[in-house]
Amino acid sequence: MPPNERATRLAARVASAEKVAVAAALNLIEDRRAQSRSEIEALLTALGKERAPSFGHRIGLTGPPGVGKSTLTAALAREYRARGLHVGVLAVDPSSLRSGGALLGDRARMSFDPEDDGLFVRSLATAGDTGGLAYAANAGVEVLATAYDRVLVETTGVGQTETDVEHVVDTVCLVIQPGSGDVLQFIKAGIMEIPDVIVVNKGDHGKLAQRAAADLRGALDRLRNAGLGDAGHGTPLPVLVTSARDLVGIDALVDIFEAQRARVSEAELLERRHCGRVAWAVALFARRYGEHGLNTMGGRVALLDEVDRALVSGETPVGVVAGLGERCLARLRSPI
Amino acid sequence: MREKREKREKRDKPWIMRTYAGHSTAAASNALYRTNLNKGQTGLSVAFDLPTQTGYDPDHALALGEVGKVGVPVSHIGDMRALFNGLPLDQMNTSMTINATAPWLLALYIAVAEENGVDRKLLQGTTQNDLVKEYLSRGTYIFPPGASLKLTADMIAYTVNEVPKWNPTNICSYHLQEAGATPVQELAYSLSTAIAVLDAVKNGGQVPAAEIPKVVGRISFFVNAGIRFIEEMCKMRAFTELWDRITKERYGVEEASFRRFRYGVQVNSLGLTEPQPENNILRIVMEMLGVALSKDARARAIQLPAWNEALGLPRPWDQQWSLRAQQILAFESDLLEYEDIFDGSHVITAKVAEMVAAAWKEVEDIDARGGVIEAVESGYLKQRLVESNAARLRAIESGEQVVVGVNKFVETAECPLTKDLDDAIMTVDPAVEKQATEAIKKWRAERDQKAADAALAKLKAAVKSGQNVMPASIEAARAGVTTGEWAAALRDVVGEYRAPTGVAGARLDQLQPNAKSKVEALRARVAQLTVELGRRPKILVGKPGLDGHSNGAEQIALKARDVGFEVVYEGIRVTPEQIVASAIEEGVHIIGISILSGSHLALVPQILERLKQKGVHVPIVVGGIIPEADARLLEAKGIARVYTPKDFLLDNIMGDLVELVAKAATTHAAE
Repeated sequence: MPPNERATRLAARVASAEKVAVAAALNLIEDRRAQSRSEIEALLTALGKERAPSFGHRIGLTGPPGVGKSTLTAALAREYRARGLHVGVLAVDPSSLRSGGALLGDRARMSFDPEDDGLFVRSLATAGDTGGLAYAANAGVEVLATAYDRVLVETTGVGQTETDVEHVVDTVCLVIQPGSGDVLQFIKAGIMEIPDVIVVNKGDHGKLAQRAAADLRGALDRLRNAGLGDAGHGTPLPVLVTSARDLVGIDALVDIFEAQRARVSEAELLERRHCGRVAWAVALFARRYGEHGLNTMGGRVALLDEVDRALVSGETPVGVVAGLGERCLARLRSPI
Repeated sequence: MREKREKREKRDKPWIMRTYAGHSTAAASNALYRTNLNKGQTGLSVAFDLPTQTGYDPDHALALGEVGKVGVPVSHIGDMRALFNGLPLDQMNTSMTINATAPWLLALYIAVAEENGVDRKLLQGTTQNDLVKEYLSRGTYIFPPGASLKLTADMIAYTVNEVPKWNPTNICSYHLQEAGATPVQELAYSLSTAIAVLDAVKNGGQVPAAEIPKVVGRISFFVNAGIRFIEEMCKMRAFTELWDRITKERYGVEEASFRRFRYGVQVNSLGLTEPQPENNILRIVMEMLGVALSKDARARAIQLPAWNEALGLPRPWDQQWSLRAQQILAFESDLLEYEDIFDGSHVITAKVAEMVAAAWKEVEDIDARGGVIEAVESGYLKQRLVESNAARLRAIESGEQVVVGVNKFVETAECPLTKDLDDAIMTVDPAVEKQATEAIKKWRAERDQKAADAALAKLKAAVKSGQNVMPASIEAARAGVTTGEWAAALRDVVGEYRAPTGVAGARLDQLQPNAKSKVEALRARVAQLTVELGRRPKILVGKPGLDGHSNGAEQIALKARDVGFEVVYEGIRVTPEQIVASAIEEGVHIIGISILSGSHLALVPQILERLKQKGVHVPIVVGGIIPEADARLLEAKGIARVYTPKDFLLDNIMGDLVELVAKAATTHAAE
């Protein structure tokens, strides 16, 4: 079977949420062998045709380690399932720099029904990528978003470098815990500009959690008065207290996600997803060809521009990078 | 001559001698208890099967393969009657290894005693009822930590006046050692657990402040004793000192008798070896010395494992051998004729002081982290234990820690005891499970359903409103409610818990130079395989069934990451269906299954069957306490490798896994 036809068939099976197919597609996009690239490209193109570009909602959960992101992700998945929505989860864990190995621990916190076809959980290792996201995360989200109504992306929790997630999802949810001093760190690091929702988890800590939320709202108000930190619609950034352990505040959080999804216009959503793909392509290019490659192609800004145009004309990020790579290598090889 | 007689007359009273026992059915276990008592055993130690421990009836899907395996199934008052049939409960001292369902089993015991006209005030014994060590090591927890602590506090509040001779909780350092704890960690973590329990009682409002010293006096401990028996003896003296300090300073207990550190012991099973298993009886005896030699810190009750535990379930004769060891020490030797023989030893005094100081520092550290419950929920304690255990295994693997017959002195003549290996252990009749499944259905059909429903509704209401769980549980016991129903009612109200696995954040010490080259060679091989496969080899470590002994699975997971695998480990108590679903969703290249409860023949074929059904073709390896004959059977069914405790070289196992993945990849590509 020619690769294109194979990709089209696989994409159709992914769209009908056949678990074995979803898994096979994820295996493929994780495959880094050069010979797999054209097949990955064909798959991504085929997946794009299966769904309207504005389908579904992709939500990222980010925040420092130990705040309960895994438990919260599990609770959110359960709540979405209770509402009849199908959920794909992509849980990203750090790889060991020494061995390259990784312990993908998130399933352990999740008690799930193996017969449920409406829930799919996949772990992904960062494989040495900084930024809290894995090499294959963008493509992984494309796969899951074709199969499921809602996609939850849980990042590694390395905290202040986790800004990549905004390029992968429609809505970023920052999770912190009471009394950790994280908020101040985030404001300093500029991460506060990224989230669309802030959750103070471990609300079972009672007053401490409520106070952390109040402090946070105060800090955000001050930022807003200075012209920073709103949710993009002149409304204050929602701050919510949850207890993923005791399942408190989970339905309210899903309500907020759903409301945000409903409020965003189709054009805005497509623009955000488009920008995410541009960033993905440039990151992929930089990963393969490095600083030297970026300079060869006229620098990051010029490259962003070029990728932007290519994607508007219908190419996929992986395809764009393949083309750029060839040109880059040709330039490097040509005598000055 | 006269002097000798006087000495004999002044002899100390021996400790209570028990054997951890129970299997198949209540009736079979009753017969075993009678034989054991006739052999001179002075107390009973009831081993319950895993469905009873985790709150499932024998006909529940999760009970498959586990009924009557590691202990006796007790599903309702009828089973409890049969278990103690003809035994005088007012004279028995009964220890029950029961935790999440402890309130229920005690309720059944009380109900049966009262049917026999025995006043509950006369009942003596212990319910283990320490959930912290279940989260950290043993794995038979059900409910979230807060709810579990409340149940323990309920039992303490109830028994302190209603069943005043009962030890409602037995704080365990035993299983912490099994999970890898160092002696100092054992001291610190178990004392911190006792603090959490007592704080919960103190702040719970069920017991008046004036009765707190009496409550403190009912707290007992269950301790492990390993082969480093001098250090173990010092540990026991350190326990005594620290407990005296905590009870006095933190709880203001003035009465010396309420501050006494009372403990029972099961000596170490973890160090028992599969190769040259006859050596284990010697280890067992030396370990017993650690908790018997020092009069000031002597155990109140001792139970010894059997020499062949690493091979499978021990037979009655194996257990008798261990009982005889206790009897010889207590009745033949002169041990009990002396005061504490270490008084005044500056070597022992210094060692104890060192342990006390180190443990106290840890106790304060846990306190600063918000107490033991917080340290469980955050995964901190589990992570520390996983690290300690990894260090221990590495020391054995490198030969730094000598284990005779395993990593040194491995030459051996054929052992007559294990000549016919499959007869050297006990096997539970597979018909037991089927009979139990039918019996429970009959029980439900024949009872007064209305009364059972009403009792369950009352139980739920009591738990919901925060009332003490014991009175409603005793009523439910009388109404014919089953173990599964009792637990389901509580699951409904307080929810279920999955504890942190501790592996994700665990750090490994720097490798010894000789071990380093092996690991580096494995890493290089995995890196090469990564290029060939296009992505990193990924392994699923699965722990099916109800057995919570997760050390093996944890160490395999950790080691696999260390050599470069991507590892998916889901923690304990997953079903075959969940394992297969995870294998598919995660796209793993190989599956490792760990089962220690002996239910491998029931569970593994189920996994194989389901994988086949879903069209998944990946190699599968199994590890556990698996008799030779069973291993052959599993291999015939398609299992790639079977590992038992004798396979302690993790590097070799990792080498196998890598090659199995590589072989599967080439076969697959050729297809």
